[in-house]
This record gives sequence, C-alpha cells and structure tokens, in this order.
Amino acid sequence: MTHHSAPPPAIGCRNTPILKQRGQHEVFCGLTGIIWLHRKMQDAFFLVVGSRTCAHLLQSAAGVMIFAEPRFGTVILEETDLAGLADAQEELAREVDRLLARRTDIRQLFLVGSCPSEVIKLDLARAAEKLSARHAPSVRVMYYSGSGIETTFTEGEDACLAAMVPELPETDKRQLLMVGALPDVVEDQALSLLEKLGVEDVAVLPARYADSGVSVGPNTVFALTQPFLGGTHAALERRGARHIPAPFPFGEEGTTAWLQAVAREFGVDTARFDAVTAAPRARSIQAMSKAKQVLSGKKVFFFPDSQLEIPLARFLVRECGMEAVEVGAPFIHKALVGPDLDLLPEGPVIAEGQDVDKQLDRCRAVQPDLTVCGLGLANPLEAEGLSTKWAIELVFTPVHFYEQAGDLAGLFSRPLRRKSLLQLDAAE
Amino acid sequence: MKLSVWTYEGPPHVGAMRVATGMKGLHYVLHAPQGDTYADLLFTMIERRNHRPPVTYTTFQARDLGEDTAKLFKKSCQEAYDRFKPEALIVGASCTAELIQDDPGGMAETMGLPCPVIPLELPSYQRKENFGADETFFQIVRTLARPMERTAHISCNLIGATGLGFRHRDDITEITALLDEMGVRVNVCAPYGATPEDITRLGAAHFNVLMYPETGESACRWMERELDQPFTKIVPIGVGATRDFVREVAGLADVPATLDENRLRQPWYARSVDSTYFTDKRVFIFGDGTHVAAAARIARDEMGFEVVGLGCYNREMARPIRALAKEYGVEALITDDYLDVEARISELAPEMILGTQMERHIGKRLGIPCAVISAPVHVQDFPARYSPQMGLEGANVIFDTWVHPLVMGLEEHLLHMFREDFEFHDDAGASHHGHAAKARPVEPAEEPAEPVMAEVTAAPADQGAEIIWLSDAEKELRKIPFFVRGKARRNTETFAAERGLREIDIDTLYDAKAHYAR
Repeated sequence: MTHHSAPPPAIGCRNTPILKQRGQHEVFCGLTGIIWLHRKMQDAFFLVVGSRTCAHLLQSAAGVMIFAEPRFGTVILEETDLAGLADAQEELAREVDRLLARRTDIRQLFLVGSCPSEVIKLDLARAAEKLSARHAPSVRVMYYSGSGIETTFTEGEDACLAAMVPELPETDKRQLLMVGALPDVVEDQALSLLEKLGVEDVAVLPARYADSGVSVGPNTVFALTQPFLGGTHAALERRGARHIPAPFPFGEEGTTAWLQAVAREFGVDTARFDAVTAAPRARSIQAMSKAKQVLSGKKVFFFPDSQLEIPLARFLVRECGMEAVEVGAPFIHKALVGPDLDLLPEGPVIAEGQDVDKQLDRCRAVQPDLTVCGLGLANPLEAEGLSTKWAIELVFTPVHFYEQAGDLAGLFSRPLRRKSLLQLDAAE
Repeated sequence: MKLSVWTYEGPPHVGAMRVATGMKGLHYVLHAPQGDTYADLLFTMIERRNHRPPVTYTTFQARDLGEDTAKLFKKSCQEAYDRFKPEALIVGASCTAELIQDDPGGMAETMGLPCPVIPLELPSYQRKENFGADETFFQIVRTLARPMERTAHISCNLIGATGLGFRHRDDITEITALLDEMGVRVNVCAPYGATPEDITRLGAAHFNVLMYPETGESACRWMERELDQPFTKIVPIGVGATRDFVREVAGLADVPATLDENRLRQPWYARSVDSTYFTDKRVFIFGDGTHVAAAARIARDEMGFEVVGLGCYNREMARPIRALAKEYGVEALITDDYLDVEARISELAPEMILGTQMERHIGKRLGIPCAVISAPVHVQDFPARYSPQMGLEGANVIFDTWVHPLVMGLEEHLLHMFREDFEFHDDAGASHHGHAAKARPVEPAEEPAEPVMAEVTAAPADQGAEIIWLSDAEKELRKIPFFVRGKARRNTETFAAERGLREIDIDTLYDAKAHYAR
C-alpha cells in the first residue's frame, strides 16, 4: 500500500518576514553538545578550555548530574593563566599529556574553546596543531569553539563536525555522506533503509570511531539529518561535496521526503522506493495516530532552542494537525530549513534570536496549548498554567526517521495527556 | 590550568544567584555571555522553583565585543528595572564579563536608578560558589542594614539560608519552631524569603543565629561589629549539637534552655538492639565543612560508628576541618578534586560513606553504601516531605537517611551465614532497595593459579614490599560479605606488612581477624 503525502500549502513560510529581536537569550551555549557527542564518538575526549562556569554547565546541563565515566573535562583557567604569568601552550600541553597517559583509549581529542578562552584569545587552533604533531599517530587533536559568544546550543555540534571536515581524507568515489550525530539505533535504521533502496556507498559523520575511514571529495553528496549544521554544510561544500536539500526526517512525511531526495539523487525507481518505504510509512502513521488525536487542533508555541523548531513545527502542523502560533529559532539557515519552511503553511510568527521577556509576553498573550521551551522556562510556565515540552529532550531522545515518529509525536502529546489525567484541584 | 571532571561548587556568580533567588523583591543584573542562563535551570529544575530566578543576563555575543558591551549592560539594567521594579538591584559580572572589564557596578551606580544598587566584585578565577553567596549577602546587608532600636520581645535573625541550599527550606521551619518554644521570635530570616526592606530591619534583632557559616558568616561578623549583635557558633545538626545550641541561645537571649524532646526518637533508635550492627562501622565523611563537622559528631557519638576519614571541598573551612580531623585521629582531606576523594575512599575502604552526590556515585562504583549529608544538591535533595537536617526532627531524619543504604542487622547475619546462596548473596545488595535480584555468577571450577598482588597502599612505607595473596586465601577472602571484605583485605595486608610477611595464606587471614577482633 502506498501512502501519498498531503500536497504542499499554497503559501508556505519561506518568505514570511522574520521577527528579529535582541535581548536576553534563554539558551545554552555550544559546549552543551559535548553531552551527546562524547557518547556518540566512543574514542573521543572533549577537553574544554574554560572557567569553572563551563565545568558547572557541563555537569548541570541535562538538569541532573551525569556520572557515567565521562569522556569530557574542563581545564579551568586560573588567575596565573589570565595574567599571562603561565605559558598557556605549555600548561595545556602538560594537562593533555597527563590526560592521554591516563586514558590510553582516546584516539581523537577535541580542544573546545569557551567564552573566556576566546576573549583572552588563547590560540587553541595552534595548540591543537602542535599537540597533534606531538601525539601522532595514535591521537589526533582538533579544535573548535563551543563558546556562548559564538555558538548557541546545537551549534556546538556543528562547530565540532565542521572542524573534522578539513581533516577527512580526500576521495573521488561516488558516495553519500549522512551528516549529524544520531543515536546508534536510529543511525542503523537509516543505513538499513538506504541499503534497501540500493544506495551502496554510505558513510556517516560523525563516525563512532576515529578509524572508520570516512572520506570526502567532489563526488560526495551529503544529506543532513540535523538542521543546525550550517557550518558543516559550508565546510563540506568547500571540500567539493554537494548538498541534497530536503525536509528533515521527522515523522512520516519528513522521512519520506528526505529519503525521496536521496533516492532521486541516486536514481532509485519509484517502484523500489514504494516497496521499501510502504511498510515503515504505514507503521509510522499508525504509531502517530493516538498522539495525533490529542494534538489535533491545539496551538503550539516554540521558544528558540536547538534549531529543530522549524522542522518540528512542520511535523506538528502537517502530520499532527496542530496550529503553530510562533516558531522561534536561534538561527534560521534557509539553505537548510527552506524545504521545511515551504511545507509549513503561512500563519505563525517566525522569529529568529530572542528577547526572552518580550517573547514570554507574546506567549502569555496567546495562551498556547503547548509551549516548547528550555528547562529554565518550563516549570515557571507550568506554574502559570501553560503546558510545556522541554526542548532539550528532543535532542537527547531518538526522534528521527519512521520508527521514531510515534515516539516524537508522543513527546508532544504526553504533557497534554498528563494535564488531563491529573485531578489535583478536584474538590474533596 | 587545572583539569576538572566534576566540580563540587559552581562559580561565584551562581552563589550570588542563590542569594537573589532565595530573596524576594531583589533583582540581579548579570553581565554575562549567551549560555550562562543555564544556571536558571538549577533553580527551576533541581529545586523545582515555580518562577524564574530574578536574574537578567546581558547575553553578549562575539559581535558585541567589537562594539559596545557597556551600552548593552546599561540597556539591560534599565529594562530590568522598568520591567521588574525591584526594591534593590545587585549587579555584577560572570567569568567572561570579568575579562572585558566593563565595570557593571560603576555603570549601574551612575544610572540614577530609583532603588539601591549594590555592586558585586566576585573574582571568578579565584573563588567559588559559597564565597559568592557569602560575599553577596554581606554586601546587601552592609548596604541596607542600619543600627536601630531592638524589638521589645526577645528576637533573633536566622542567617545563611539561600536558594538551592541543602534542606534550607525545612531547617528554617525546624529552627523557627525550636526558638519559638524557647520564647525567642524570628525577626528576619535571610537571605531565604527576605525582601530588601526586611534587610533594613535586621538591626532590630537581639542576636543572630548563623545557620550556615558557608553562606552567612561574613554578614554575621559585620552585624556583630556594626549592629552589636552576637551570633551563634553552634550549628544545631544532631542531638548533642541541638542541645548545645539551645544552651547557647539561652545564654544569648537570657531565657531558660527549654527543649521539648517528646518527638525526638533518634537516641532510643540508636540504643535499641537492632542498631547494634552500627557498632564501629567504618565511615568516611566528605562534604561542606559545616555538614562534615556535624556528621562526624553524630557518627561517632550518636550512632557508634568509627570515623576513618573526613574532609571538605570548601577551602574556607580547611582550618576547622583539619583541627576536627586531628581530634578524630584521622588525616583531613581538603580538596575539590573528586578523583582525590575517590582515591582516598578506595584506599580507606570504609563500610559506609557520608558524602555528597559525588560520593554517592563514587560509592556506587566501589560498591560502598552512601548517605548524602551535604550540597552540591541533586533533585533528590528537595524531597516533597518535611525533611530537615537541623533540630530534633533533623536528628530523626538523619538516623533514617543513614540507615537506609545499609544492609540491616539480621540480613547482614544471614548474608554471612548463607553467602553461597545463589540469589541471596553479596552482590544482590540490601533486600529493601527493591532492584531485581541478581543471580550469583557461576564461578569457574578452577581458580586461576596465579597469586594475586596485593595493593599495598595500607602498608607502612618502610615495609612496602609486595605482598602476595595465595589463591586459597584469596578464595577465602571472597567468601567474606562485600560490605566487610574491603576492611578484611586491608587489615590482613597491614597485619602481614607489620610482621614482614611476603605471602598471605588462610592462616594469615584468620590470624589477622583474631588480631583485630574487638
């Protein structure tokens, strides 16, 4: 059985004027990406060069302390480092030596810049080069900045992947590069679908291990699985690779459109495409149906967080019957989210950046049924009577591709179901 | 530069946030880059606050650095005042803003805002969270409090409780009731729950109760000097400390030392025969200085444990904790590096840890039960139920909290007797913890022939040669239940080292057991 997606709206949001406000941003900095990247790349260590605040952020970011054997740490700058009394390059080399001596399993070390290291202009790029030479060939040392002055939340992953691109070996082979850190189970599902479609040469960035042999070149085409990879997109284009624009693979429609874009690129015929996708498409629609009953007709408001907002608004409006009243994103890369904007029917305010107090005023004024926001805002808004969905869970939970469509819809319907379940104010 | 994996304390501006969030009617304008707003979630998620912390972040980005971050600060400051209309403002910089040297304090003072503006100087690269809270509260008190006529009825201020404090909410209730029983009223409790207007009334109290020296001592010292208010030195955590505290308050307030011990169950629970198994249980204590000192006294004098090591992460408390350690005949561990703490714990092999959330995880890894006695806090440290640490109810709560992770009396004996049982064995853990039973792994029929090298950390340095566990002795050691195995291993190795033995056989094991028997 073949399902046909709904036609695109007469007028989408691609040309909607964007509301840009400047004020307090209630968002994480790019260091936060380390929380999932260090689990994704199993032989990588992330060494933040920063302050006590950075270390404190990393252990608090997920709302509770994470105590799995960490493959990240912070070298905390001290007074002597700032006063220039200590040679920062030497100090760093000493700490890295100690770390690598203790953790012989590390193959990739990322020096991660922070606000303080950027402000005092510590040359971490040079440090990475020198350290890489010193510890070659067993360890490759790379640098990126996850500082809050340059990166917002998921842009940390973008900066990390973009830093890896120039290091990738050159290749001429015709291949698909799937870009974006996904939970292993989701990545495996995606690879299996691509294999069944007959797309043979597929590599994944970031790979789980350093020696996975990922390469790039002029015959590489790449598809992004995350909408926040603008810098990586540019870095790959500089290596001659070509982007396949597509809606992001959330829900049945998003996944199908994403796969279709790849299938067109690799000349997969319609019959084969339908044969491969029919069953998971039907399954995903079935899996979403319960949540859809809860979500349909409800208003959703997005505070900016991860740049997933536009694709997710597309998912909630087109596949779950919701009405988007405001879709806020920290940044809007139209080259990446353009296809999702085309599918999102006109209507919502599209906002980039943030002045959190003004945005809260707008949110309270429209009283949405569901507000997607960060952890700093969720409980205060719940206390005001609004239902919320923590945005960070969307980054930490498997939500991509067909088999997770039901889970993704469920993440949004659960707060609403919970609200109707709890009878806390009932009279005795 | 210093490598840090986990930190016990946040940066000092988080301490300032704890003061601001604990108070009402105060607003904090923090010159800080994008991302520092993560600290909001400490309060909204861990403490489950139903409002945003009263903090405005300037959120500067790289592009602002080339332009005018000072202008951005002024704009944020003005907008924060206009929107929130606070009774007073505190202003300061986070670590990054400290580097760009905009002087937020100076700027805010020149803006002519119609409320007191209190500038904060919190050196982010030298100090930490507790200092930040202590210094912030001190500056607020110094700016707003004035000498004034005392209340007609004897009264005191409760000083030191903050937002995100370890059981501060319930300690306030407990101590307020305890003072009330003595006929002493609470004039102001601060920072927790106080407005800037309340701070101006601090001087009306006859004395101060310093609940948490970590966050309130500087203010108390200033008030002692400038407002002529003495302050209490005893922190009423534990039965003995609570009784001492009552006597201290009675002296300061000139009232009888009355304490209604009707609802105090801890002493009887500790004396009851079921608690015999606590006797000489070896405990290691780590946390903030105040809670560690209190826990050490409770552990030794009120539970009958043996304190085998203690320490604190806040250097401000290094001196009293070193002195305390001396009194207990152990070496103090003053460090904020949790790897050092882990190393010390594995070296001492205690039967129980009284620590923080960090030590709880260390305990998990080493298989040692742990009860949490101190910040840094976790969402579990904000229970829905009334759960103070201070006063008589605090003593009851602590008894329960410390007993919970242990394998209880008779269960401990049964594990001794039937340790080979396939489901009721060491690794299964205490039966009241409700995890799925783990079956005992089937042991290989033949033991590895290689003798095991002992870790000779316990051996005196001059006899530090390697001691070898013969396989029979190693096998016998494994029959000893997990919660005493570490102690048995350590004692046996020390025993062997003291006698210059190179090998440990079954006889050495039992000779050592007899030697250490009490």
